[in-house]
Amino acid sequence: MFSLLKGMWIVLKHTIRKRETVLYPEEKPIRSPRWRGRIILSRDPDGWERCVACYLCAAACPVDCISLQATQDEHGRRYPEFFRINFSRCIFCGFCEEACPTYAIQLTNDFEMGEYSRHNFIYEKEHLLISGPGKYPDYNFYRVAGISIAGKGKGESENEKPPEDVHSLMP
Amino acid sequence: MATIFIDNVPYHVQDGQNLLSACLSLGFNIPYFCWHPAMHAVGACRMCAVKQFRDESDTRGSIVMSCMTPASDGTRVSIDDDDIREFRAAVIEFLMLNHPHDCPVCDEGGECHLQDMTVLSGHVYRRNRFKKRTYINQNLGPFINHEMNRCIQCYRCVRFYRDYAGGRDFNVFGVHDRIYFGRCSDGTLENEFSGNLVEVCPTGVFTDKTLRKQYTRKWDLQTAPSVCPHCGLGCNTIVGERYGSVRRILNRYNHELNGYFLCDRGRFGYEFVNCDRRIRQLLVKDKSGDSEAFLQPIEKQQALHSLSEIFRSGAPVIGLGSPRASLEANFSLRSLVGPENFYIGISDPEFQMISRIIEVLRNGPAHSPSLREVEQSDAVLILGEDVTNTAPRLALSLRQSVRQKPMEMVDRLKVPRWLDGSVRQIVQENKGPLYIFSPVATRLDDVATKTLQLAPDDIARIGFQIAHEIDPEAPPVSDLTANFRGLAANIAETLKQASVPLVVSGTGCGSIHVINAAANVTRALRSKGKRAGLSYTVPECNSLGLGLIGGGNISDCFQRIMSCSVNTFIVLENDLYRRAEVQITDQILNNCKRLIVIDHIMSRTAEKADIMLPSGTFAETTGSFVNSEGRCQRQFRVIPPTGEIQEAHQWIFDIMTSLQWDTLRHFSDIESIGELLAAEFPVFKPLPEVAPRSSFREFGQKIPRQSHRYSGRTSMLANITVNEPKPPDDPESPLSFSMEGYQGIPPASLIQRFWAPGWNSSQSVNKFQSEINGPLIGGDPGQRLIEPSASGKWSYFTDIPEPYKPQDDLWLMIPKFHVFGSEELSSLGPAISERIPKPYVGINPKDAESLGKQEGEKVAVAGENFSISVPVRIIKSLPRGIMALPVGLFTLDGFTFPQWVRIVRD
Repeated sequence: MFSLLKGMWIVLKHTIRKRETVLYPEEKPIRSPRWRGRIILSRDPDGWERCVACYLCAAACPVDCISLQATQDEHGRRYPEFFRINFSRCIFCGFCEEACPTYAIQLTNDFEMGEYSRHNFIYEKEHLLISGPGKYPDYNFYRVAGISIAGKGKGESENEKPPEDVHSLMP
Repeated sequence: MATIFIDNVPYHVQDGQNLLSACLSLGFNIPYFCWHPAMHAVGACRMCAVKQFRDESDTRGSIVMSCMTPASDGTRVSIDDDDIREFRAAVIEFLMLNHPHDCPVCDEGGECHLQDMTVLSGHVYRRNRFKKRTYINQNLGPFINHEMNRCIQCYRCVRFYRDYAGGRDFNVFGVHDRIYFGRCSDGTLENEFSGNLVEVCPTGVFTDKTLRKQYTRKWDLQTAPSVCPHCGLGCNTIVGERYGSVRRILNRYNHELNGYFLCDRGRFGYEFVNCDRRIRQLLVKDKSGDSEAFLQPIEKQQALHSLSEIFRSGAPVIGLGSPRASLEANFSLRSLVGPENFYIGISDPEFQMISRIIEVLRNGPAHSPSLREVEQSDAVLILGEDVTNTAPRLALSLRQSVRQKPMEMVDRLKVPRWLDGSVRQIVQENKGPLYIFSPVATRLDDVATKTLQLAPDDIARIGFQIAHEIDPEAPPVSDLTANFRGLAANIAETLKQASVPLVVSGTGCGSIHVINAAANVTRALRSKGKRAGLSYTVPECNSLGLGLIGGGNISDCFQRIMSCSVNTFIVLENDLYRRAEVQITDQILNNCKRLIVIDHIMSRTAEKADIMLPSGTFAETTGSFVNSEGRCQRQFRVIPPTGEIQEAHQWIFDIMTSLQWDTLRHFSDIESIGELLAAEFPVFKPLPEVAPRSSFREFGQKIPRQSHRYSGRTSMLANITVNEPKPPDDPESPLSFSMEGYQGIPPASLIQRFWAPGWNSSQSVNKFQSEINGPLIGGDPGQRLIEPSASGKWSYFTDIPEPYKPQDDLWLMIPKFHVFGSEELSSLGPAISERIPKPYVGINPKDAESLGKQEGEKVAVAGENFSISVPVRIIKSLPRGIMALPVGLFTLDGFTFPQWVRIVRD
C-alpha cells in the first residue's frame, strides 16, 4: 500500500517538474566551446587561407577521410589545390585539429549535417573554407615560419635576425 | 671478427669498421648526421657520442665519437648511458638553435633525418629565447630547391658534391656561425649527380624541385621497386605515385649496382610519364573522309576485332622490337608474328655492336664487373666512351676507382679507410691510373692520368697496340707513330701492375673496332693472369636483353616493307625516326600498308600509325630488363591500371586472345612468358627466379605498395564515387595496390620503400642491409645472365682498322652524347628539357677558321641521306676533320654514326 502511494507521488511530482527534453529544432542544445562538430578550414588574420597543405590532418585521420593536394601560389605560399573531407566517413574525433600546425582545420559546434544522399557528404574546399580565423584569432603561421613569401623576406619573421652576409669576415 | 662489448653484452662484428657502423649493423639506433655510409666519417656533428670504457673495472668511462673510434677487439662501450643521453640532447639542442619553424611547408618533413634524430635524442622543447640566424637562398636550377635556413652544417652536401662527385661549382662559404653551402652566385648546379643532395642532406636544405610542383609526403606515395629506364646501367629506383601520376624517383640501394646514388637523368627523367605527349587512349586512323586522316578514339573490342581480321587475312605481319621495352613484351611480339618476322628495333651498326658485346662477354675470359667492382678497380682504361654522358652512374663509380691506388698509402700509414678526413689529407691530389681515349674531352678528364682525343679508328688502334704490348701474341699495329707506341707500352705496363685492372668501352663512338680493341686488352690481361674486368656501356635499358633475344636486321625489315610483301607492320615502343634518317623512315612508313604502334609516347612514328595501342611506361609496366653488365632485373608497376593503358605484353595477349590461339595461357602474364623465354633461350634460364613469383606471400600476405600511414583512402575517389571501390588487383606480382599486407622488410627485389620505426628518411636503408655498406638482407636484386664460359674458346680480334686521315672535303661525323637530351624519354620532362643544349655541330677551332665560321654561325651539313643547317660550336678537344653531332637534340634524328659527310659551302 505504501509503495503504491510512493509511486503515485513520484509520478505526480514529475508532472510539475522542469522538462529535460528540449524542443529541438526550435530550441538548440547548449554545446561546450570544444564541441567536435562539422570541420571547417579557417583563414589567418590577414585573410589568407591558413592551410599550408602539410598533409598532417590526412595522416592523423583514423578513417582516412581527408585527402588534399598541395600546390604553391605566385607569392610562395603553399595551399591545398583541393581539400576534400568525406563526412560520411568522418567520426569527429578531432585528431585533424590536434595535428594541424597552423590552426587551419577546426571543429565547430555545428552538428546538423543530415543528408538524403551520401554524395552530399563530400565537402570540397569551397564548402569547408570560412572567411574568418575561427577559434584562434591571432595566429599566422607565415609570421613565424622561416620561409619567405611575397611581402615577407628572409629574416623578417618573428624572432629572426636579418639575413647573414656570408662575405663578411668579421668575427 | 672482433668482439665488442655494448653495455657489457659481447657482439661479434666485422674487423676494420668504426663503432658507429658496427653498432648500426647490429641494429642499434645511434643518432648521426655527418657520417654517411659511402662518404665515411669526419666527426663533425658530435651526435654519435658513446661512452667508452678502458676495461671491465673502468666505471667512469669517457665520451667518444663512435664514428671516429675503431671497433677493435675488446672495445667496451655504452650507447645508452645517462651521460650520453644528456650529451646528445645538448648537441641536438645546439643544432636546432637556428632551425626554422618550417616543417609544415618543408618538403623533407616526414622523411627528415633531422626530425628522426631529434626525436631519437629526446629534444622536445625549444628553450633558446634569442633570435634565429637566416640566409638568402639561391636558385640552383630546375632540379634542386635551396632553403639555407634549415642547414645544420653537417658538411655532407659539400663532401658529396666536391669530394665524391667531383663537382666544382658548389662549396662552403663564410666564417664563424655564418657558414653557407651553395654556389658562388645563383645558377644551375652543373654536376650530373646534384640530385643526390636531396637524399644526402639530412634536412630540408636541398629538396627535389620536380616533386615540389606536385608535393606529396613520403607516407602518401604509393611506391614500388623499379629499374631506371634512362640508360643501359639499370640502376635500381623507387618510384612514387599519387593520384595516378608519378611524383618522384628515389634511389633504391643495390650493393652491387648503384649503391646510394643515382644520376640526375635517372632521378628527374621520370616527368615524361606525366607529360601531355602520353598516349592514354586507343586510337585509330579514320581514313573514310576525304580530309587528312587523323587518329581517333575507338572502342577496344572493335579495335581488337579489326586486328584479328588483319591476322586472319593471312598476309604476313612483321614486328619490330624495342630496346626500351621489357623482355616479356619483346618476346610476346616475337611469338605473335613468328621469329622469322621479328626484327630488332635498333640500327644495323648498333645491332652489330651489341651482338659483338654479347659475344665478347660470353666467350670471356674477362667478366663484366658490377658498379661496385668498378669502384674497386685500381687501373682503368676507357676506350672511346664519354661515360658521363652515356652511362652517368658508371662515371661516378670510375671517379671513385682513382682513389683505390692511393689507398695503399693510407694502408701503409695504418690509417683506417673510413677516417675520411685523414684519408683525404694523406691522399691529397694523388690519383690512381685512369686513361681516357675518346673523340671529345669528357667530364672525367679532371681525374685522368692521361687523356687523348682521337678519331674512333685511332682509339681502336691504340687499344690493339696496348693489347699487343701486354701479350705479344695479340696482333700488333704496324704503322703506329713512336709516340703512340711509347704511350701504349706505358699504359700496358700500368695495367699489368694493377691488381684489378678495368677496361671501359661501349657503343658510344659507334665503332665496332673500339669494342674489339677493348676485348683484346682484357683478353691480353687475362692471359697474363690478371683479374681484368671489361665494362661495356649500351645505349638503352634493354639493349642487351633485346640482343639476347635476337631477330632480323632492321635493314632487312625495311627491304621487306619496300618490296610491298608485307601487310602489316607492328612497332613496339620504338620511334623509327631515331633509328634511321628521316628520308628513309618517311619512305618506309609511307610504303607500309598498315602500321600498328604499341607505345606510350606520341612519337613521330606513332603519329603515322593506323592503329595506336597505348602501352604503359616504366611506371605502369611489370617486366624484366637486362642491363649492360648482363644483370637481369625486374621492375614492378606503381600506377594501378587506368583507362585504356595496358602493358605492351597485355596488348599482344589481347590480340592473341582475339585470334583464339591454343597456346594462349602461356602469354597471359609475365611469369608464364618468362617460363617460355627460359625454355626457348638457355641464357634466360634464371629469368623466372629474378624476383619472387606472384604467388609469393610473406606471412600469408602480399607486400603493400602503400605505407601503413597512407592517407585519404576513403576520400581520394569520393568526388567520383562515394562507394569506395575495391583496390585494383595485381595478379602479376607479389605486390598489392593497398596498405594492407606485410609491412616489414620484404625480399630485396621487392623493397618498395626504405622505412623503419623511428627512421623515416632514406637513411633507414641501414635497417635493410645485412651490414653497413653490405648487400641487402637476402642478397641483392637481379641475376647475372652472362658469365664468361669456362671452356674459354676465345681468340684475339685481328681486324685492325686503317689510321684515320682527315680528308679535304669530307668530314667524319661522330656522335656526341649529352646526359640531358640524348636519351629519348627523359628529354620530354620539363625539368630535364631546361638542361638540354641547343642543337649544334661541333668542330675543331682550326677547322672553323678554315671554314671561316664563328661560334654560333650556321653551316649546312649534308650526308648520304640527310642535310641539315645547324650552328657551329667550337670544341677545342675535337681532332681535326671530325665533326661531332649531338645525339637526340634534333627534331628529326636517327643519323648513322660514324659516316662521312660534307659541308655545303655557301
